[in-house]
Amino acid sequence: MISQAVNNMNIKRSLCGSLLCAVASAALAAEPYPSTYKAPASPPTLIRHATVLTGTGARLDNADVLLADGLVRAVAAGLSAPDGAKVIDATGRWVTPGLIDVHSHMGVAAVPYTKSLDDANEDTDPVSAQVWAEHSIWPQDPAFATALAGGITTLQILPGSADLIGGRSVILKNVPAVTYQAMKLPDARYGVKMACGENPKGVFGSKHQAPSTRMGNVAGFRQAFIEAQTYQREWEKYQRDLAAYESEKGSKSGKGKEKDLQPPTPPKRNLKLETLVGVLKGETPVHVHCYRADEMATMLDLADEFNFRIAAFHHGVEAYKIADRLAEKGVCGALWADWWGFKLEAYDGIQENVAIVDRPANSCAMLHSDSAGTIQRLNQEAAKAMARGVHAGLNIPPERAIRWITSNPAKALGLSDRTGSLEVGKMGDLVVWNRDPFSVYARADLVFIDGALRFDRQHPREEPSSDFMLGQPGATEQP
Amino acid sequence: MKTTRWFAFLAAAFLVSESSIASELLIRGAKVYTLTSPNPMERTDVLVRNRMIVAVGKNLTAAAGAPIMDAANHPLTPGLWGGLSEVGVIEIPREGDTADASQGADSPPWHQQWRPEFDVTLAYNPRSSVVPITRIEGVTWTVLDPSSGDSIVGGQGAAVTLDGTYDAVLRGSRSLFVQLGGGIRKISNGSRAGQYMLLDQAIREARASGTSAEGALLHPAGREALLRYLDGGRVVFAVERAADILQLIAFVQRAGIKPVIAGGSEAWVVAKELARADIPVILDPLQNLPSGFDQLASRLDNAARLHQAGVRIAFSGGYPRGIRQPAGNAVAAGLPWNVALASITSTPAEIFGLGADRGRIAPGQIADLVLWDGDPLEVTTIAKQVWIAGQPVTMRSRQTVLRDRYLPRANPN
Repeated sequence: MISQAVNNMNIKRSLCGSLLCAVASAALAAEPYPSTYKAPASPPTLIRHATVLTGTGARLDNADVLLADGLVRAVAAGLSAPDGAKVIDATGRWVTPGLIDVHSHMGVAAVPYTKSLDDANEDTDPVSAQVWAEHSIWPQDPAFATALAGGITTLQILPGSADLIGGRSVILKNVPAVTYQAMKLPDARYGVKMACGENPKGVFGSKHQAPSTRMGNVAGFRQAFIEAQTYQREWEKYQRDLAAYESEKGSKSGKGKEKDLQPPTPPKRNLKLETLVGVLKGETPVHVHCYRADEMATMLDLADEFNFRIAAFHHGVEAYKIADRLAEKGVCGALWADWWGFKLEAYDGIQENVAIVDRPANSCAMLHSDSAGTIQRLNQEAAKAMARGVHAGLNIPPERAIRWITSNPAKALGLSDRTGSLEVGKMGDLVVWNRDPFSVYARADLVFIDGALRFDRQHPREEPSSDFMLGQPGATEQP
Repeated sequence: MKTTRWFAFLAAAFLVSESSIASELLIRGAKVYTLTSPNPMERTDVLVRNRMIVAVGKNLTAAAGAPIMDAANHPLTPGLWGGLSEVGVIEIPREGDTADASQGADSPPWHQQWRPEFDVTLAYNPRSSVVPITRIEGVTWTVLDPSSGDSIVGGQGAAVTLDGTYDAVLRGSRSLFVQLGGGIRKISNGSRAGQYMLLDQAIREARASGTSAEGALLHPAGREALLRYLDGGRVVFAVERAADILQLIAFVQRAGIKPVIAGGSEAWVVAKELARADIPVILDPLQNLPSGFDQLASRLDNAARLHQAGVRIAFSGGYPRGIRQPAGNAVAAGLPWNVALASITSTPAEIFGLGADRGRIAPGQIADLVLWDGDPLEVTTIAKQVWIAGQPVTMRSRQTVLRDRYLPRANPN
């Protein structure tokens, strides 16, 4: 039994090089809750004569995009259609990569907003790293479909921000499905959600438990990661002991002394600390809900103390105050265009935040929604942020701003090599817009995910994709 | 527009306003959206004198020394309304000490007394940072709405001008705010049917003479306040579900109330009935999700369908300063562009009894004006200059000074 587990473990280590994977697979033969998503077969599609924003910073006028086998196969002028290809004339229309939202609670805080569907915050322990957002997802949330109509092809579903460490996130393809596993992006890493500031201290302080202050927040993070380090060392010791046992057993085989050798006992698994070990090992991107510049700086120091990397600050209404530092550290800012002032830590929000965070070299600014309404109009949010930047004298053409809702969020999710731009070999995720997408009047005409047409404004589904909306009076697809 | 000309203009404007000369202003050659006709007037002048618009036309001249603004055919609209809001009565929603928008309800709901005499405008603070943050985006007025509290009757609200003065409440706009439907079931003892029962009881109390009975809903001041609204006063009902809207139509006809609907997610379902009863609807054109069971039939084309049926509509939703974005989206969902602009200017002014003074660019109107750098409903458009009652607004807010502190420097921290 043990050696079998070790064999499994070694295989998994070679795949993901990870103690996290090792720990998980020591007890389980395969990754639990695996993705069952498969893109449907679809014919090659050639989109012609479009204005193409590639997501890499380029704008191509009168260009063609070829999708085949679920992938982007070519982006250039004057492509010829392969046999059997569907050809779409996009003259006057714009093509962008599929939009990516790194901050959504759809499915875990689904509409209709009811107690029954309020599953975003565990809210019973400030360190709830053991929970996985995917286990709360209700795939019938009608908001997935309205987001698709807004061009969203990939999204990260996060736990809420009540807890210091709210649990694991999951990355979904925005396709209708009966199970979340059938939406789950294959081979994507989990993220972990953390929150600083008012929310955790307010939620737990009002229950007369720690944390009730910002210093209590930071103490809570430090204690959690100290425990994770101890847990990590226990497993590393176990692995060393196991290796020694295996080697000794091998060398003594046939000499009749195996009976004296005892295999080491593995440490008891701890779901909470497994997630945090993934962070310490640099394998789990960290997404931090944080508003104030000074608190973001404290979180950067926390990450240095425990030698992990923060993928992105989310909300970050004061990110503009530390834009250069974020860029130097390679930390993304997932921001709103103009939300501000709903609480004191959001009081210093400005409409140039995204543009200023975008300004330094190696920056990684993006728009995020945190809202089933705003996610439908992420292009408009980018347009507002772009306009404010331009008004402030920054040079931000559309081909740069589109990165804020495509390639930069892909980077924050660790998916840069797979989606977020229209480059040969990337996933066939793209949107055909009826006009310049940086307009309030723009609408997504066609949305492709992995080369398959998932939304067609001219030919709407006759029935809503959500079972919840099916058969409700007046509930036809959105215009 | 050249920056130098721009500063010269502002300097002139301030000089004039600081002196005691009757203030006059000429905006020359704007693309004027008058809201008196569907099409804009190209390269048209607007002459302002003593707070009012006095002329709209070609080749107007101003008194010697009056500031002249060359608009270069940029769009000029009336000052926008910011919807039903809490501007100046809430500084920060989650900081209780700065939030004065509604009455709390400490007593058990069923024993609650109704306080229609509550007047949220008494809490208005023109020095709130939200006021300049809102007005530099072209939003010059809003209606303060007390209905977000825990009572069926929220109390009274009114329109305010965002000119930063203390005397900001606009005469004739006072309204009573009532909420109905599933969201407040708990204060109607388990059934929304009880809401009509309680409203009937309150109306009987208001109409009765003599002292209040034991267990009355209303204090004497409340009886007086409610009675004013039963004699043709304006009552804004927050209600979403189609069935509830139909009940409301029946109720107001019994009670002699002049209603306005706020919310109305499912209003399109009963558009004909609303048109027949001439009841205007204040809605959020972005509301398309089944956010609650009262809103299952929410649609992006709610505004377009209501308009087509002949219902007057105005927009409210999100940040007041951002009201143009929902309006632009309503156009994308099928509403005629000029109706969308009217839904954030002239129509709300009419709904709140201010149509004679506000919401249009015409002689006799208060000179609340906005000059834009592009299509006023477009998200990439920014207000170049805002005037309230003929005075140029300093285009500065707590947010622009924060921007100006951090924009110029590479900031290592």
